[in-house]
Amino acid sequence: MDFNLTEEQTILRDTVQRYLADTYDFETRMKSVHSGAGWSPAVWKAFAEELGILGAPFSEAHGGLGGGAIENMLMMEEMGRALVLEPWLPTVVIGGGALKAVGGAVADAVIPEIIAGNAIIAFAYAEPQGRYHLNDLVTTAKPDGSGWVLNGHKAVVKSAPYATHLLVTARTGGSQHDSGGISLFLIPADLAGITRRDYATVDGGAASEVYFENVALGADHLLGAAGEALPVIEHVADEAVAAICAEACGVLRVLHKTTLDYARQRKQFGKPIGEFQVLQHRLVDMFMEVEQAVSITLMATLKLGGPEQATSASMAKAKVGRAARFVGQNAVQIHGGIGISNELSVGHYFKRATLIENQFGSVDHHMARFETLSYGA
Amino acid sequence: MDLAFSPEDIAFRDDVRAFIRDQYPTELHGKIEEGEELSKEDFLKWHKVLASQGWIAPAWPKEYGGTGWTATQRYIWSEESAAADAIRLMPFGLSMVGPVIYTFGTPEQKARFLPRILSGEDWWCQGYSEPGAGSDLASLRTKAERFTAEDGKEYYRVNGQKTWTTLAQYADWGFFLVRTNADVKPQEGISFLLIDMKSPGITVRPIITLGGEHEVNEVWLEDVIVPVDQRVFEENKGWTCAKFLLAHERTGIAGVAASKRGVERIRDVARTEQDAGQPLLANPFFRRKLAEVEVDLAALEFTELRTLAGESAGKGPGPESSLLKIKGTEIQQRLTELALEAAGHYGAPYFRSFGEGDNESAIGPEFSRRAAPVYFNMRKTSIYGGSNEIQRNIIAKMVLGL
Repeated sequence: MDFNLTEEQTILRDTVQRYLADTYDFETRMKSVHSGAGWSPAVWKAFAEELGILGAPFSEAHGGLGGGAIENMLMMEEMGRALVLEPWLPTVVIGGGALKAVGGAVADAVIPEIIAGNAIIAFAYAEPQGRYHLNDLVTTAKPDGSGWVLNGHKAVVKSAPYATHLLVTARTGGSQHDSGGISLFLIPADLAGITRRDYATVDGGAASEVYFENVALGADHLLGAAGEALPVIEHVADEAVAAICAEACGVLRVLHKTTLDYARQRKQFGKPIGEFQVLQHRLVDMFMEVEQAVSITLMATLKLGGPEQATSASMAKAKVGRAARFVGQNAVQIHGGIGISNELSVGHYFKRATLIENQFGSVDHHMARFETLSYGA
Repeated sequence: MDLAFSPEDIAFRDDVRAFIRDQYPTELHGKIEEGEELSKEDFLKWHKVLASQGWIAPAWPKEYGGTGWTATQRYIWSEESAAADAIRLMPFGLSMVGPVIYTFGTPEQKARFLPRILSGEDWWCQGYSEPGAGSDLASLRTKAERFTAEDGKEYYRVNGQKTWTTLAQYADWGFFLVRTNADVKPQEGISFLLIDMKSPGITVRPIITLGGEHEVNEVWLEDVIVPVDQRVFEENKGWTCAKFLLAHERTGIAGVAASKRGVERIRDVARTEQDAGQPLLANPFFRRKLAEVEVDLAALEFTELRTLAGESAGKGPGPESSLLKIKGTEIQQRLTELALEAAGHYGAPYFRSFGEGDNESAIGPEFSRRAAPVYFNMRKTSIYGGSNEIQRNIIAKMVLGL
């Protein structure tokens, strides 16, 4: 057993941490939020060119740095720490993860474009009726000649307003809740028949409702085998869950540290509020939540690709979701009124922590999934 | 003891229900269900209807313009108002400074201010918290120096800064806690002043909160001149008024009737929203959490009824009101958590506003539009009115004698 990072991993993490600390301060981030774009193309370009980090979890054969899940974990924790808006999760973790899972010519073509910063992928999987169930799909792709015709409505597709590609789940067979009959497509975001309604999200990002109306897809847009994509989608979602948990760890570490600093400095009744035992215990409870979140995230990350991947991912998301709520709410509570002000960063970390709770499945969803996987339906 | 309403109470309930149905301004319909931000005009429309009916101040003594309702009738009124999704009026005039003025004020102050609170002519705000005085309110430093002007009359010159002042941007008047003696124990050097918000030297600056709302403000006071006859009660005895007012604030803060309506609303939403092809209400986890809120709310409701019964028997609201504040706000916050969970993915889209002039159709189900901003906003409830930590200190000290 060895929990140590390699030298390359340490350098990667430190490089990104330093870069973000130097260039991605709160005011800079809020400029991207207030611009309405919900990201900064210049930052993404810097990730690709100046830092060269977009290849971290990809093989050297694809032009990457040869890493994998650990690299994604390290990067996502730093993204969380700096509250980064840019689309590491949908593009590198999810889009890249799906391409790695199916391999072949499309992976050879698109992964280098991700690494170069040219391809931005958004994951169009959720539907208005589907909640967190990856198989609950009414979007259809019907065979048409050698290709497909896509129809449907995808909900809250993060990063879609600026994506170059959409990774779309659709039914090529079966009915709404079936596990079979689901296919995965990677398509250019500007195909005829795709319309979007773009909006900002409460955590400062951008997303869209995406509508497909008789969108003609070529045979080469299909990833993997038709009708058999659910295992790939679940695999990618587990990788996404582990990555979001890592992001949460970064967010929660900052929330805890900011709150601890505040409790040391804020005086009421003639002394720092951190000297009141009720707040000391609260800060200790927050600390324990953060440490356990970090631990279970590491567990879920290390078990990706193994037989316990699904149970571990759900355990982690449930535990981290609870931690996100507890730490977020108490960070605001201990800050008092200024915790609710939009002018301080603490409130923005709280907003992100809140959305992380439900992203790729709520605590309830993942507890239920864990129970079913472990104890049977 | 008897839980049943008397025939008179039932007749009263029917009157109230019909009145709200017929008189509640139609243009306000839907604003509470959807958690919309309310404008000054929204509040005043309903205020004026109630004022002309004589129902604006159920808690006030009849001689000052109250309704003379029994505790049961007041309970019925709040239940019916919440059930009909009627706006809850802001407490600053009606529930805070009004009772302070009729309890501690001079006959002149009562005649000058109370009718204008009842009519809605004056909008009041509360100048309590300061950047350095939150939980430790008594450490406030806004200073009022007394002097005699050239006209031979006495005035205070007020300097300092207040913060978290709710809807001060609308206010005509504010009630302020100020320091009139710095050489004594903090609580013994505070006075309670009524200040015209149009006075020279007052600056109101917005603080934007997490949901994007402009609800609270900083209020700066720079050489603001206040006639001495706008001080309520004795000089340096303002803390007595402050404590009286905070105890009043805490009971209203429980929001039992509104939370009961909130439970119904979430139940309705969870019947419609889907989870794995079933209504969300069939999800055992969601269902249990909602049921737990209902159970806790029933216990809170009957705790409040016991407190009200004590009040009718002549006991003022005491430190027990801290219990109502803690449990009431916890329930309000849990309801916002459930609403956000029910919204699922549709908790993420951000809407700054969707009032008049915004005819964009909803993204996701209607209720989800304000789920996240309301969740963020309601974190304030365990902080304001004396944080829930402070309320526990009050119970420990005043009730348990620790």
